[in-house]
Amino acid sequence: MDLSYSDEEKAFRADVRAFLEEKLPKEMSDKIRKGEELGKAGQEEWHAILNKQGWLAPNWPKKFGGAEWNAVQRHIFEEEAAAHYAPRIVPFGLSMLAPVLQKFGSQEQNDYWLPRLLAGEDWWCQGYSEPGAGSDLASLKTEAVLNEEGTHYIVNGQKTWTTLGQHANMIFCLVRTDKTVKQQEGISFLLIDMETPGVEVRPIILLDGTHEVNEVWFTDVKVPVENLVGEENKGWTYAKYLLTHERTNIAGVGFSQAGLTAVKRIARAEMAGGRPLIENPHFAARVARVEIDLMAMSTTNLRIVSKAAAGAAPGVESSMLKVKGTIIRQEINDLARRAAGAYAMPFASEAIEGSNLNLPDPLNAGPVAAQYFNNRKLSIFGGSNEIQRQIIAKTTMGGGA
Amino acid sequence: MNFDLTEERQMLQDSLRRFLRDKYDTATRNKILESDTGFSADIWNGLAELGVIGALFTEDQGGFGGAGFDIAVVFEELGRAGVVEPFLDTAVLGGGLIADLGTDDQKAHVEEIIGGALQVAFAHGEPASRYDTNRVTTTAKVDGDNVVLNGRKAVVVNAENADMLVVSARESGDAGDENGISLFLVPADAKGITLQGYALLAGGRAAEITLDDVSVPASARLGEAGKAFKAIEARVAAANVAICAETLGAMETACRLTRDYLMTRKQFGKPIGTFQALAHRMSDLLIEMEQARSAVIVAAGHLEEGYKSRESHVSAAKNLLGRAGRLVAEDSIQMHGGIAMTQEYELAHIAKRIIMSDHRFGDTDHHLERYIAIAAA
Repeated sequence: MDLSYSDEEKAFRADVRAFLEEKLPKEMSDKIRKGEELGKAGQEEWHAILNKQGWLAPNWPKKFGGAEWNAVQRHIFEEEAAAHYAPRIVPFGLSMLAPVLQKFGSQEQNDYWLPRLLAGEDWWCQGYSEPGAGSDLASLKTEAVLNEEGTHYIVNGQKTWTTLGQHANMIFCLVRTDKTVKQQEGISFLLIDMETPGVEVRPIILLDGTHEVNEVWFTDVKVPVENLVGEENKGWTYAKYLLTHERTNIAGVGFSQAGLTAVKRIARAEMAGGRPLIENPHFAARVARVEIDLMAMSTTNLRIVSKAAAGAAPGVESSMLKVKGTIIRQEINDLARRAAGAYAMPFASEAIEGSNLNLPDPLNAGPVAAQYFNNRKLSIFGGSNEIQRQIIAKTTMGGGA
Repeated sequence: MNFDLTEERQMLQDSLRRFLRDKYDTATRNKILESDTGFSADIWNGLAELGVIGALFTEDQGGFGGAGFDIAVVFEELGRAGVVEPFLDTAVLGGGLIADLGTDDQKAHVEEIIGGALQVAFAHGEPASRYDTNRVTTTAKVDGDNVVLNGRKAVVVNAENADMLVVSARESGDAGDENGISLFLVPADAKGITLQGYALLAGGRAAEITLDDVSVPASARLGEAGKAFKAIEARVAAANVAICAETLGAMETACRLTRDYLMTRKQFGKPIGTFQALAHRMSDLLIEMEQARSAVIVAAGHLEEGYKSRESHVSAAKNLLGRAGRLVAEDSIQMHGGIAMTQEYELAHIAKRIIMSDHRFGDTDHHLERYIAIAAA
């Protein structure tokens, strides 16, 4: 047992720090710290900075132009990035689609799409969920029928909760190509150009006023057969593979650490009974409790990460990290809004910037209540916490659960 | 023991529920939320005509209610429908303080309030006061026949709509002293008042108010100089009963929506409410609903009692509603999934009302500490 990082890992951390201190634009980290959205241009700028450093695709093999970091390196990067308020990489193309292409795509697909991803020429979004297919994803109904010439699929249906679909020019979709077989065996993985006639994106406004997600409608959309990934009707296998990648950094340790720092900062500025709130034993106890939970989870995360770095595939542990990680992040969001007191009430949301210029924020707290509500999504998306618990139970109790 | 509403209150509840069911749906409210004023004059006048404001004042004050149970009946219905109009601010707080402390001349405003013609805001909280009702640093200095006010008031709900402000200010003593606090009835357009208005997350609007040498005649003082704290405390207690009842009504709506959704939404070929993991959680919410209802009844029933009984029951209710409300809001969203995260779904607004009620006049923790302190005193 040795709880310290190796010399190589420490040197790597120093490199990451030096890079962030030198290359992360201050106005960008300010926005992230205040909980503001970067927008498409800002995200693309950050991607370009990372790409120049060769760090845009940390998990890709070097032969595809990635950094090929191991799990511990990725963890160190995530931790430093969160501590420096660096933006997240938009994951849909780089961390979700790319691993699927690299494992199941054709040579032509990899040669074409991967360099475009690194260069920022495409913005991808994910077409998985449908109005009737949420936790029960395999029941999806959007269908793709091969035309008589065998050159195109004709796609009809609707996807929903498509994150940042308003910026995207490409969408990877799960579509039904066979209705006669078991649900999971009739699904294919299709790449669709969103400029194609018949694709319509409609915004969904979330409860904090933000426009993050969309509905994407398909009416007789012609998709060239070259855009099928892997084999027809094998899409469910690819989707499950993708989901294991969606769950890397699922614990969100870096976000929680940055969030806890913010809670303490707000609680030092907020006065209660004439003293800073952080000195209130009741509030301090709440902060300490979640800090203890976070310390333990961060170590759980490292234990799993170390195992993964040694080559073992994470199994049920990633479900455990998803559940505990989201509970802790949401608890920190709750503490932040509590700390802000009456100043949590103003509608501070990126969504209404400009229309609400008079917002008071004497605590420099940012939109804490809006973030609290927005992050209720954490325990819903990417496989809800109920689904994760089901996976844990099924895996650990076999047929008994 | 009798837990039934009186006939009058039952009629009030029925007519209010019917009015709001007909006139206050999600689309209507979303339009109000997006408007510049965050307020519907039609709804306000309609409810005033229905007698909703009158029900919040005693007969002596010109109303026909005014007891804890009247406040609870009205605000439970307002909460059930997610109403954002400022009944709490104009009637319970502003109007209530005028009725409790005012001279006959000042009390003339109560009639206008009951009729729906006058809007009031209670300018009390300050940037460093958090939930302490005694922490007032805004100053009031006597200057001949006038009094001059200076200071800053934080998150004053309904300030922009208000015709009159009830402003607290200190005439003597230190920031946290109960003695020395006075209230003044100030026209909203008085010279030296600056408003910075903004929308609130759970609907309605508020403003930061700067008072810069605001000069009012001494006759604008409500009650005796430096002796307003007891009245403020009693009105904040009434406001907390209203907030708890409103939260209870909103929780009822959240539970109704969630139960309906669990019975109709199908995944894996059956309604998701048949999955035990969700069914048991729904049951827990219903258990907490009964706890919350009881806490509101107890607090409302003790509102007319002496300090210790009144305040300990109010703090108990605010603590319990804070806890149960968070559970109901969060679990209702979780059991719905993504749909509950969308602006156009009723639960989104209802959940915001429930959670943000914890940020007015003391949150769960504040009232737990207060409950302990009152018991020890």
